[in-house]
Amino acid sequence: MTLDFSTLLPYTDVILEGLVTTLWLTVVTTAAGIALAILVAYVRDGSPTGTRAVISRLLGGYVEIVRNTPFIVQLFFLYFGLPALGVPISATAAALLAMILNLGAYTAEILRAGIDSTLKGQHEAARALGLSRRQSFRHVVLVPAFSRVYPSLISQCIIVMLGSAVVSQISVFDLTYAANFIQSRNFRGFEVYLVVTLIYLLLAVGLRLAFEFVGRRLFAFRQGGSS
Amino acid sequence: MFAFAKNRFSRQLVLALCCTVAAGLAALSAQASDLETIEQRGTLRVAVPQDFPPFGSVGTDLQPQGYDIDMAHYLADQMDVDLKLVTVTSANRIPFLQTDKVDLVISSLGRNPERAAVIDFTDAYAPFFLGVFGTPEAEAIDDASGLSGKTIGVTRGSVEDMELSDLAPSDTTIQRFEDNATTISAFLSGQVSYIATGNVVAAQIAERNAERAPTMVFQIKNSPCYIGLAQDNGALKDRVNALIEQAKQDGTLESMSQKWFHTALPDDLSS
Repeated sequence: MTLDFSTLLPYTDVILEGLVTTLWLTVVTTAAGIALAILVAYVRDGSPTGTRAVISRLLGGYVEIVRNTPFIVQLFFLYFGLPALGVPISATAAALLAMILNLGAYTAEILRAGIDSTLKGQHEAARALGLSRRQSFRHVVLVPAFSRVYPSLISQCIIVMLGSAVVSQISVFDLTYAANFIQSRNFRGFEVYLVVTLIYLLLAVGLRLAFEFVGRRLFAFRQGGSS
Repeated sequence: MFAFAKNRFSRQLVLALCCTVAAGLAALSAQASDLETIEQRGTLRVAVPQDFPPFGSVGTDLQPQGYDIDMAHYLADQMDVDLKLVTVTSANRIPFLQTDKVDLVISSLGRNPERAAVIDFTDAYAPFFLGVFGTPEAEAIDDASGLSGKTIGVTRGSVEDMELSDLAPSDTTIQRFEDNATTISAFLSGQVSYIATGNVVAAQIAERNAERAPTMVFQIKNSPCYIGLAQDNGALKDRVNALIEQAKQDGTLESMSQKWFHTALPDDLSS
């Protein structure tokens, strides 16, 4: 078998369109997913009472449901299930929602591990010094927790980016959809998937580098001082 | 000892070869039964499918059922002979005819030059087409430009995907799904208002989901089914053609279409 990449040339636009979709899906998911996770961690932090305890339980349920079911099932549930319940949702919206909910749940759990490893006394000292719960959560709990779990966080975001390949199943025009499309037209599966694999690899490496760059800025305090 | 075994083996081999050749010669000389033979015999032998609903499948009573089976019953009734159904597969439909094991092949048979070189065909008797289907309320579309602005679901890489991608205007959104099941789900859940598929698949959706039965709004490609019979069997062909025409006129084909495809016959088959 000989490789013939020239058969891909007419489909450059298709690959580009897929690449753009995968990219923006990943960027939006990463931002929204981490924000969601922080929110979940904030509500669940400490020992909640009253209404917060109820919401905290519900959020715990959400985290467990997402972490214990396959992503493709969550995706199908949103895409085919919501319209049946009378909530129209486009394929792209369903894909984005599924990815955000997925990353949110996993990141919330990663963050919880970081928060749990923060000494309780540190939290109490902050409150004793007069910081509000929000202030103490942000400066004393969240940032150190983030810096501790940052490597796991990067991996999780990359997993979600690679997992986004699944959204091609509900006709979202992502990179994998582009590859399947081309493969169904020119029957050059090996060439197409080779190119797309390379693109995914570059995306993953790029995402990791970007995260590490941001991390060096965010957690500059850790570099000079003791860890 | 060994020589004896070898000898016996050779003899068996020769015997087997002779049988094969004899069977082959017999098959070659198999004379197709003409109309007169069939009437004298009092039985019409028809090859029907058993694995291709709604053309032919096996019912819960283990009897063959479907559009093709109804067609066979209709022909036998009109010719006033008994009916013998022979279930065949897609691959052995034509050999059964060539070796005079059946008189007619009513088995969702499409017409192409390769087949026309070895067997003969009657007029078309059953609808087989690819089309764009909408909900029962959807309005018919006259030509491909009417597809503009519509969102159509289709199974990626299928014939209908290829044909639709060529036909559809650039502002038609074609949503491609991995397999037929997902395409059907997208239509049934309301994610897409139109799907491009074959009338067989559309019939299966209608069978299970009457309130969202796919209704054809635009035909992409038409290749109706024909009844196959042996070549140079003019009297039988004329008789069957006359009966097909009669079935078109008296509404027999239309009611069979309603029964098995849950939709009216396309224009080229209706009277």
